[in-house]
Amino acid sequence: MERELGTFRVKAGLAEMLKGGVIMDVTKPEEAVIAERAGAVAVMALERVPADIRAAGGVARMADPRIVREIMDAVTIPVMAKARIGHFVEAQILESLGVDYIDESEVLTPADEQYHIDKEKFRVPFVCGARNLGEALRRIAEGAAMIRTKGEPGTGNVVEAVRHARTVNAEIRRVVAAPPDELPTIAKELGAPLELVHQVHELGHLPVVNFSAGGIATPADAALMMQLGVDGIFVGSGIFKSQDPEARARAVVRATTHYQDPDVLAEVSTGIGEAMRGMEISRIAPEDRMQERGW
Amino acid sequence: MTRIGIAAVQGAVREHERVLSALGAKTSLVRRSEDLAGLDGLILPGGESTTIGMLFEEYGISDVLRRGEIPVFGTCAGMILLAKEIEGSEQPRLGLMDIAVRRNAFGRQRESFEEEIAVPAISTDEPIRGVFIRAPYVTSTGAGVEVLGTLDGKIVLCRQGRMLAGSFHPELTDDLRLHRYFLEEVVGQGA
Repeated sequence: MERELGTFRVKAGLAEMLKGGVIMDVTKPEEAVIAERAGAVAVMALERVPADIRAAGGVARMADPRIVREIMDAVTIPVMAKARIGHFVEAQILESLGVDYIDESEVLTPADEQYHIDKEKFRVPFVCGARNLGEALRRIAEGAAMIRTKGEPGTGNVVEAVRHARTVNAEIRRVVAAPPDELPTIAKELGAPLELVHQVHELGHLPVVNFSAGGIATPADAALMMQLGVDGIFVGSGIFKSQDPEARARAVVRATTHYQDPDVLAEVSTGIGEAMRGMEISRIAPEDRMQERGW
Repeated sequence: MTRIGIAAVQGAVREHERVLSALGAKTSLVRRSEDLAGLDGLILPGGESTTIGMLFEEYGISDVLRRGEIPVFGTCAGMILLAKEIEGSEQPRLGLMDIAVRRNAFGRQRESFEEEIAVPAISTDEPIRGVFIRAPYVTSTGAGVEVLGTLDGKIVLCRQGRMLAGSFHPELTDDLRLHRYFLEEVVGQGA
């Protein structure tokens, strides 16, 4: 029997191995080392964290390959990196660099307003954001091997991640409870392939791992998302835009493992400095909301 | 009924739960040292060995496991945690097996793969499908370590007494044989 590279099982499998863990945004090797020492299961290499992208404005693109390489050399845990929605050449470059996961991300400025990347063409797996079940299943149909909530990146405000996780949960409950003869109509309403809707009906959850991202700033935020049923946590600006990144990174990792243990949560939340400042979602103009990117 | 714990700091926990339940074992999750009481065996799942090792130390799990009284089956990250020696790394470990391992030994995720492995201790004619994800392998073994499976001459499955370590992920397939071997031959032997 021949060696088979890049099967869907090894792509989705890496995400399975990350479950219960925290993936942190980092912009330089020193930050990646802090994340690894704090117990992160992976890092996301990028040029600016979402809060700074939001502040800078303009077009946000894939990071300079030099930054990605330096971060890959600095740590032994998996390294992810972001490509713009629909920018399959950025994805080709990231695959050539050997990153372990590609995030086709709404945090960057979309390169295509109509089509997402055909993710099955790549040996490196993809993670994509979703606000609801239909969006999640459309991404999986394109080949995504991992899903995350979109939340509202760079805000330090968990409200949108909660909304997206609850929406996906409610829609999954509906699909599970529905008799099989109603599934085609539900698939049509969700804008999702019927075959994947059938899979959700049978499994009772998404066919791939589902993390939470977008606005998580405290250990309690991470545990909240875990108690809402997500499989793990992405923290973007929340770590390195806080007063004491090292202490906060450690605390978020421990809160994600012990998410059901309020005594541990109280202990790890103590004396970790100030969280990032954060933004009220209603103060962000609709056209500046990153979650609206992609479909 | 055999009670098997699954280390649940993070990683592929629910997959091992599914396989063990299918084999009729009772499972429970281990996040702190108290959770180890009364277990007949423990699974160390795949995940990030640096993260799991660190939280094992902090929550007292390592101290209990180092006594060597609980049979352990480690897959991928679990193999790394069982090893005495980890090439080029000072990361926390249990060191329960006299083996040296190399992390990410087959390469990064782009090089992750599936391939069949002959495991004569389990079957002489039906190989096991190995799912290798940023997988380690064993570079050297001490006396008392039994090599159960190799791939391209690299050791990917081995046993030392009541400790069993594999580079790959049987829990991601429908093949129950390696877990059954652990329950019957490794856990069962000491009972």
